[in-house]
Formats: sequence, structure tokens, C-alpha cells
Amino acid sequence: MSKYYVNKFLFTVDRDPELLRRYKEEPRAFVATWEQSIGPRLNDAERSTVHSLTDEERQALIDHDFVKLFEMGAHFFLSLTIFIALYDEEYMQREGPLAFQRHFAKELAHWEGKEYPSVAC
Amino acid sequence: MAELCAVLATTHHPFYLKATTMPPEQQIPQAPEWKRKIEAYRETLTRAKPDILVMIGADHFHQVFLDNYPQFLIGKAPRYDATFYNEIREFDIPTYVLEGHEELSDYMLRGLMDRSFDMAFSHELKIDHSIICPIITTRPEADLPVVPIYTNIFAPPLPSPRRFWELGCAIREVIDSYPSDKRIAAIGSGHLSLELGGPRQFRETGPDPEFDRQAIEWISTGNIEAILENVTHESMAKSGNATHGFMDFILMMGIAGAEKADYVDNLDLFHTMEAYFTWYPKEKAA
Repeated sequence: MSKYYVNKFLFTVDRDPELLRRYKEEPRAFVATWEQSIGPRLNDAERSTVHSLTDEERQALIDHDFVKLFEMGAHFFLSLTIFIALYDEEYMQREGPLAFQRHFAKELAHWEGKEYPSVAC
Repeated sequence: MAELCAVLATTHHPFYLKATTMPPEQQIPQAPEWKRKIEAYRETLTRAKPDILVMIGADHFHQVFLDNYPQFLIGKAPRYDATFYNEIREFDIPTYVLEGHEELSDYMLRGLMDRSFDMAFSHELKIDHSIICPIITTRPEADLPVVPIYTNIFAPPLPSPRRFWELGCAIREVIDSYPSDKRIAAIGSGHLSLELGGPRQFRETGPDPEFDRQAIEWISTGNIEAILENVTHESMAKSGNATHGFMDFILMMGIAGAEKADYVDNLDLFHTMEAYFTWYPKEKAA
């Protein structure tokens, strides 16, 4: 398990409009590209060999599965922000303001009153 | 010596500007009241006539990430760009360029190190909404030089509530000893109870209205003993998974010095309780 690497995915994609577009349109192909050429990147010259995604993490990212990501301890701020970027507009047009945010909360309702999975890496 | 002319501790709601400037027929019903409260709060800073702003906030994974996350960081740059692409996208916040105050940044860094806070520092820091939201609400002209200080309320393990209080006390000592005739205001932003990316987010109120009520009472009466006795990382998590931003209020109480606040206001909004506090530190005894 690499919570750090899942967070690195969310962090690097959320801050880049082009990567975000590719993650929305072709998540499976994009996650593969990310693992190959973006995730290992430390800077223009350096590559890291340290981290990799597990099968479960990879699948949750491909599926835009924010419930699984929450349960794996992905950071709540990164997760909320990126999925708002992906889904807010279409939910808003269909159901009005904050519809996606409320849907997100409802999907996690079974965690209310329990101790949440830790976001510490 | 410099004069600490005001200490402000405020929530930073990233949608304030958008909520109060969209066409009136699209605004939420509380928008006019929110705007009135913010303008009244702004006056508490204006009338203190500050020359320099020490700004306390927390980067939300905009510049700093988990490859290199500082517990406490101070900016010491001549200028600070502000507002990241993903904040513009989500919150519609404009970009800014804030002047820095390198001399006070350097004095603050050394002064804090002398007081056992070995701060990380940055010569190229882009500021996020934790500092820009209070600029928008309390000094929209954005015309004063700033010294930005970031805290970790976000990437566990976090410093303890007591450590935030102690850092606030140390910042106060450094400001009081700064050899200058400038008037300095300290403005910090954080949260009361808050849930982000969890089951209790975006409800009609914040996730723990009882905590919010208690927190406002503690802050407005300067009751740091009760806070340090009752507030832990675990208790904050029970009030909402992002409630740890409350520790920046604790830090601001450290700067103000366990005093009753001179100005207190709040506004119950969807998703959060907004709260605004100002202290006017008394002249030191000669």
C-alpha cells in the first residue's frame, strides 16, 4: 500500500488542467501513463524508484472511486478537490448547486460516527 | 520598538467573494448579512492603521506536498504571488501579488529560532487561499507588505495544540522586540468544526455546532487553559475531519496573549460556522 503515491497522483493531476482533462476522459489509459512517466518524476532530471501503486489503488483511481480512496486513507482534501473538478459541473446542471458534494457525503454515510481511516502516510 | 496594533483571528471561507459578488438574484439568502459582517470586521483592522501584516495560514497542498512537508514555515521573499490554478477553478478567487517585508521576515525567523522554533523557510513562496481569503475580507486593497507564516494543520502527524499556542507566544515576543517604529497587525485564519471529503460535509451547519459554540466562547474570553485541557487531535477529528484548522486560532490567541477579545462576531452558514475575532493588545507597561 502506498498512500503517499495515491496522494501524489491526486496532487499532480489536480494542479494541471491538461492532466485533469486526460484523467476525466480516459482514466485507464491515463493512470497507466501516470505510473510510467509522471509518478516516478522527482524533477526534470531525476526519477524515483521508491513507490508504486497496488492493484487495488490503481483500480480505485481508474474507477474515480472516492469511497475506496477514503477507505484507503487518501487525503480528504486532495480527494474532494479533484472529484469536484471532475463532477461538480455535471451534477450542478442536473440537480443544482452542491449536488455532487452532497452525493459524495451520502456515499460515505456508513462512516458517520466511526473513526475514519487515517490519512497519515 | 514596533507596536502590535491588532490581532485578528478569522475563518477563511473560500466562497465569500463569489457568494457576495454574483448577481443578487443568484446569491444565497445570507449573502447581504455576510457582506455586512465582513465589512464591519474589516473596519477593526483599518482603524488600527497597520503598516505591516504578519499573516498566519496553512498551505492546502498547493506549494508544499508530502515529499517535503514543513511543520512550520516562514516566507522571506521580496514578493509573493498568490492563488493557484486549482483555487481559481474551484473558488473563483483572483490572483494577487503581495509585497513582502524581508527585514521583518528575517528578524522573525531568527527570533523564532532563538525561541526554539526551528522554522523551515522559503524564498519563493506562492500564497494560497488561507492567506488570500483574509486579505480579501480584511484588506482588499492588498497594499501592505506581508510576512507569511504557514502551519501544518493538514498532514499528520501534526504539532500539538500546545505547540501552536507556544508558537503564537513566541511570535508575539518577536514582534514586541522588533526595533522599528512600524505598526504591525497579525492576521491568522483557520476553521471551527469542518468536514471535507467525508460523510458530514456540506450540511446546513458545520459538522459540530456544539464545538463551534464552545470554541467561540473559549476564544472570545481568552480561555486558553480550557482549550489546552479539552482540545486534542482526537477530539478535533470527532468534530469534523478538517477541524484541526482550529489550531491556527489557538496560535492567534498566543499572539494576543490569553486576553478577552475586543471584537467578536460569527455567522452560521451552510457547511461552516464563520467567526471573526479582533484583539487590540494593550500598551506594554513601561
